[in-house]
Amino acid sequence: MATLSPSDDIRYGLARQVTLAGPLALDCGVALSPVEFAYETYGALNADRSNTVLICHALTGDQYVASTHPVTGKQGWWTRMVGEGKPIDPARHFIVCINVLGSCMGSSGPASINPGTGAPFGMGFPVITIADMVRAQAMLLDHLGIEKLCAVVGGSMGGMQALSWPSLFPDRVKSAIVIAATARHSAQNIAFHEVGRQAIMADPNWRGGDYYGSGELPTAGLAVARMAAHITYLSEAGLTEKFGRRLQARDAKSFGFDADFQVESYLRHQGISFVDRFDANSYLYITRAMDYFDLAEDHGGSLAAAFAETKARFCVVSFDTDWLYPTAESRNIVHALNATGAQASFVELSSPFGHDAFLLDVPDLNRVVNGFLRAMEP
Amino acid sequence: MILRPDLALIANNIAPGSRVLDVGCGDGALMSALRDERGADARGLEIDGENVAAAMARGLSVVQGDADTDLGYYQDDSFDYAILSQTLQTTKRPDLVIGHLLRIGRLAFVSFPNFAHWRVRTSLLWNGRMPVTRLLPVKWYETPNIHHLTIRDFRELVREKGYRIEGQWFLSGDRQTGSAKANLMAEHAVFLLRR
Repeated sequence: MATLSPSDDIRYGLARQVTLAGPLALDCGVALSPVEFAYETYGALNADRSNTVLICHALTGDQYVASTHPVTGKQGWWTRMVGEGKPIDPARHFIVCINVLGSCMGSSGPASINPGTGAPFGMGFPVITIADMVRAQAMLLDHLGIEKLCAVVGGSMGGMQALSWPSLFPDRVKSAIVIAATARHSAQNIAFHEVGRQAIMADPNWRGGDYYGSGELPTAGLAVARMAAHITYLSEAGLTEKFGRRLQARDAKSFGFDADFQVESYLRHQGISFVDRFDANSYLYITRAMDYFDLAEDHGGSLAAAFAETKARFCVVSFDTDWLYPTAESRNIVHALNATGAQASFVELSSPFGHDAFLLDVPDLNRVVNGFLRAMEP
Repeated sequence: MILRPDLALIANNIAPGSRVLDVGCGDGALMSALRDERGADARGLEIDGENVAAAMARGLSVVQGDADTDLGYYQDDSFDYAILSQTLQTTKRPDLVIGHLLRIGRLAFVSFPNFAHWRVRTSLLWNGRMPVTRLLPVKWYETPNIHHLTIRDFRELVREKGYRIEGQWFLSGDRQTGSAKANLMAEHAVFLLRR
């Protein structure tokens, strides 16, 4: 079979969109049908279809891993890792990145039209799980004619998916790269998410999730949710270095409630710019899915049992300043992998960036991912 | 690639295709050799992050962790060999670590610098100070080597625990030396133990 280039097959390429009949059996008991997918592919499948790297994005990420985001106009969110000469390289890999189920960049989510009513699902969208996201990805890969993954790669929530892949589809995954992730959401993780959800639901424009036709979106609530979450993505030392107690465009405190401090101004900017590109209901559904995530719980309380069937190689990476999913969570994963005799690598990398380090300039991360992927290739 | 002499010795005495756990694997030099030359399924445990990253960049399966605390997570009999080279003297409880090695592996290679080597003895005798030698190059207050031992000490521990010595090699410089007067003449010892 000849090597397929993206142009040979309309299924492959940038800004792809497809609706599959399904049904997709969800953990909540609902069968979702049809299922919409927005995704991108980079590079070409090799002759024996063995070079696919699936990249799983994080909570507010999207399929534009290495191409320009259509709303923000910014370059792809992981161009440090994905691109020519990068560890994940379209010259060697067939790279797939799919907008996650429940999101708002073209895959099925609460903003999608409910075929039963002809109106957006809103809160009528079924509650989804990380496993549902992974099963949806598998459904799209079936459509793309890809049976096996050379690697599944993800950071944060993407790491939860990458970790779930070999557990749910032990025969389809040769390797998993799990970065700044966890095998379960802790009480603290759930608590922060609940703050965000309450902020959204307290916004009068939220209207029980039925705001799509109203012309007024719950932007204030979503912005606060983003601000609270954003704090958890940064390290205390990083915030101190970047902002300290410095004042924003003024010489003295205002004795009022403007954004006196630079850090306030920064957070407000993060919140305001986020609402332009993200749907509040999607934020509710995806944070819920993350809160429900406990890979051990799905296997009788034993995380090791989750990996009993797989022969995949694992690469687990944590960052020393990540307090959202601290190194202890990655160690927990690695101990379970060791207990099953899985081929596992683990390293805690040093970075000042906190949880967000996986998206930022950490040369050691590229080195580690590159070495791991190269070893997967014949 | 040229392996350190004690590592070369270990590599040459590992059956092809074995499952090997290298505890304190450093940047993975021995693991690479075992994988590439002996077809071994090698895994590593290493405390230093930069070493782990270097080993991972070589495509090796290495976990960052501490021999004193993380060996307990490995299953019984999950490896043919467990290797601890030049690391025993840095552990908090060498006896417990060796116990883990022989629980996890059927066989264990343990190598360590011999603190009864004549250079160490004379240095201590004539200078009255903790020796700083080629194999033990760091001053007492900053050395990671917190449990110095001699070949006789090691043999005594093996006897107490009821392990069996399957093989023993002694090195002086880069050359092997005889087992007679090893505790005086060998800078460095490699033992192969069985439960």
